[in-house]
Amino acid sequence: MKVKVISRSTDEFTRERSQDLQRVYRNFDPNLRTQEKAIEYVRAVNAAKLEKIFARPFVGAMDGHVDAVSCMAKNPNHLKGIFSGSMDGDIRLWDMASRRTVCQFPGHQGAVRGLTASTDGCVLVSCGTDCTVRLWNVPLANVMHSDDSSDNSAKPLAVYVWKNAFWAVDHQWEGNIFATAGAQVDIWDHNRSQPVNSFEWGKDTVISVRFNPGEPNILATSASDRSIAIYDLRMSSPARKLIMRTKTNSIAWNPMEPMNFTAANEDCNCYSYDARKLEEAKCVHKDHVSAVMDIDYSPTGREFVTGSYDRTIRIFQYNGGHSREIYHTKRMQRVFCVKFSCDGSYVISGSDDTNLRLWKAKASEQLGVLLPRERRKHEYQEAVKNRYKHLPEVKRIVRHRHLPKPIYKATSLRRIITEAARKKDERRRAHSAPGSMPREPLRKRRIIKEVE
Amino acid sequence: MGVKEEDSTISKIMPPIEQEINDEINMKVKKYLRGEGANLEGLRDKKLKGQLAIREELYGKSAKAAAKAEKWLMPSEGGYLEAEGIEKTWRIKQEAIAREVDILSSKNQYDIVLPDLGPYTLDFTSSGRYMALGGRKGHLAIIDMKNMGLIKEFQVRETVRDMAFLHNELFFAAAQKKYLYIYNWQGTELHCLKEHGAVLKLQFLKNHFLLASINKFGQLHYQDVTTGEMVGNYRTRLGRCDVMQVNPFNSVVALGHSNGTVTMWKPTSPIPLVKMLANHGPVSALAFHSNGHLMATAGMDRKIKLWDLRKFEVLQTLPGHAKTLDFSQKGLLATATGSFVQILGDFSGSQNYSRYMGHSMAKGYQVNKVLFRPYEDVLGIGHSMGWSSILIPGSGEPNFDSWVANPFETSKQRREKEVRSLLDKLPPETILLDPTKIGTVKPTRKREKPSKQEREAEMDAAIEAAKSITQKNKTKGRNKPSKKAKKRQEGIERAKKPFLEQQMEEEESSKKKKQKIGEENELPKSLQRFARKKATS
Repeated sequence: MKVKVISRSTDEFTRERSQDLQRVYRNFDPNLRTQEKAIEYVRAVNAAKLEKIFARPFVGAMDGHVDAVSCMAKNPNHLKGIFSGSMDGDIRLWDMASRRTVCQFPGHQGAVRGLTASTDGCVLVSCGTDCTVRLWNVPLANVMHSDDSSDNSAKPLAVYVWKNAFWAVDHQWEGNIFATAGAQVDIWDHNRSQPVNSFEWGKDTVISVRFNPGEPNILATSASDRSIAIYDLRMSSPARKLIMRTKTNSIAWNPMEPMNFTAANEDCNCYSYDARKLEEAKCVHKDHVSAVMDIDYSPTGREFVTGSYDRTIRIFQYNGGHSREIYHTKRMQRVFCVKFSCDGSYVISGSDDTNLRLWKAKASEQLGVLLPRERRKHEYQEAVKNRYKHLPEVKRIVRHRHLPKPIYKATSLRRIITEAARKKDERRRAHSAPGSMPREPLRKRRIIKEVE
Repeated sequence: MGVKEEDSTISKIMPPIEQEINDEINMKVKKYLRGEGANLEGLRDKKLKGQLAIREELYGKSAKAAAKAEKWLMPSEGGYLEAEGIEKTWRIKQEAIAREVDILSSKNQYDIVLPDLGPYTLDFTSSGRYMALGGRKGHLAIIDMKNMGLIKEFQVRETVRDMAFLHNELFFAAAQKKYLYIYNWQGTELHCLKEHGAVLKLQFLKNHFLLASINKFGQLHYQDVTTGEMVGNYRTRLGRCDVMQVNPFNSVVALGHSNGTVTMWKPTSPIPLVKMLANHGPVSALAFHSNGHLMATAGMDRKIKLWDLRKFEVLQTLPGHAKTLDFSQKGLLATATGSFVQILGDFSGSQNYSRYMGHSMAKGYQVNKVLFRPYEDVLGIGHSMGWSSILIPGSGEPNFDSWVANPFETSKQRREKEVRSLLDKLPPETILLDPTKIGTVKPTRKREKPSKQEREAEMDAAIEAAKSITQKNKTKGRNKPSKKAKKRQEGIERAKKPFLEQQMEEEESSKKKKQKIGEENELPKSLQRFARKKATS
């Protein structure tokens, strides 16, 4: 007879000294954990609820300007720094960590319309309605730590006066060149008082300009003749132009897929295009209920933030038709400019109410240094939520947002309008000869033509 | 193709030892895979197919990793009992085992004789560390099994029919003469649950924190012990019932009735999920295998049956009475009747149970309850003269998981675990026959047209329902029998109407169709081209 029975001596299975960690034994046999799927589901529901409870996206407001904030620029060399320009010509440099003005530049006579920083973060370029382009010396990072200097005035490095008012400015990602938009697109060098090149296509004002992050010589502009144009600096004439039904207010290139850009349109939608194939949008991002004023991509290229005239900020997936997040406060007025921070974890908005607002990019993210256990817990919760996101209960909790009444009403009104238009279209189609009214997707419908 | 062939040749070349190891790992992987992978062939959505394929691959990998890690994570090996020569395992006595095993284990063989407060029922905590004892005549006790220390014993001076631990050893419920009581480990009465009535059997659903009880009148109660809410209160309508067992796999409560049926219940439905005729004669005991596929029932018809719960079919019928049944963690089945305990085991691997061990108590002891101690090779026996404990090698799971049930739990760990299990408390709706259905999509089934028979049956049912409506007494004049009959007839007509209308419509449409076909057929071939064509063409 051979016999053995389970025998566990206490010393073997418990700790020896009181300072030791408790011994842990694992057995992943599915028979020991019954109903694991149900438990996982309950955890997913709880995780979704916790996410809602901890969703406190608003970090703080930065006040100081005396007029509406019209434009902002990130400092590519300094994570905490953000520049903002206002309608009264004031330019400020903010420290996002302490939410204070670090440096106030004397600024422009009229409204500041465009701001951008050079690649090394040393030079700030601003332009405005007073027909000047001003270059400023950005104070060094260590100066930013000194708290006292709220009136740390600096003199402009250079002032270049030109023929027309400017609407936007953007600096090349790598190089010495920046472009301004106004009556035409002008290409400037830091050291020249006159543009080195100018492009003109049509007579209308150009309202925004952005350089391509991948190819330093390519830039995209949008103009008030409802067009989006792509320029190549190596060629003497503009490359391509796309005319839409409504004006595009701003353009942002996807930093990770530099052939793609997203246009913030006046018709409440954003349109993602492939710059090589302009006849059809890749994706239409719907949700805003008023004109989209500004757009900025996250450095990861997976999502972008938009600010709208409807007093809200939304965050979209780069390929998602609807927004993932909406931010609003009672006091925030029309949003004119938005920026993603350079680490992709914050969103800054500048609005009509003279304030800059700092938001978290993920509303329920825990700030500060995470312990490994905390991090693992967050990861686990994210994973279970993701696994059960299709179930109605989880979906309902995750999707639910409290909206201000005007937005809510406008959304439902827009829904009625689009539904009515669709119905009308259907009826027309039913009563016309088959094939005479081809179905056009929304991705194409808002495009009038493409010009080369 | 070439690659595949190469693969097969490699596997052929492999030395036998490696081959064996490979097979062993494959066996283990199968355990962790939790069923076969999804079939993605039929999917048309390429993106989804890709995503699912990645996920399936991930499942395979994690199962493999779990199987490989088993070697290091699970230090203990299971017990066994092997006969040599002409020995038979069922002839081996407990005394013989005691001589062979270590001292620590041989301490687990004992008889405690308490003749006065007799027949005892018992319950273990999920870790097997603590045991609760209830003597029929009012003796309640909690014992720490690790050091055989009595934590508390007290006398309630009335009948105790059943005991059950709640989520940990600090609380237990006792079914007494009139009411159900909850005590803490110090013997303080915390609650008296009068709503349950005179409870005969008690079970605690750990994942749901539900206390399920069946009382003298065959009423099944589910009470949430965290909130005190009565989740379900259902009449079984099958008379007095004192056989109740929870299926650990899906937390469905099974009841064995005196007419031989076994019913399975969930707290959210007033009718049983399953009603099956298990034995011809009253059901005397029930037990579930922990994997949820196997149920054992014993009846007064002298049969012990093993059921496959996936098909609800009998796998095996064994002769014999059983007052009580229990499955161990490793799948041994203990049956007991009179003073004889028998252990059955499945050694062929094909769910064919045969004799494994036997143990006869001293004459005159009537076994009341047998229960395997979790994570130990021990069987606890409650009988009319106290309780006993015997060694059954190979019955318990050798490796425990500290986060699931820890026999060496400290009080801090216990507190932590209480909080965690409360956070993961399942709502009563999650009790289903197939718990893996949670989180899956309901398959869209095309609604088929009901057949003529079904329609007729529906109509009959509607008519019956209309007939069975009892009318209120009206004021004089309107209460005449003739009026009542008329009203009833009207109700029946009203119930019939939609069915008849539908029938008429169908008949008409079929007539039209026939006519159309007939017309087309009537026309001679030369004239058919002049017939009106359909609008669609």
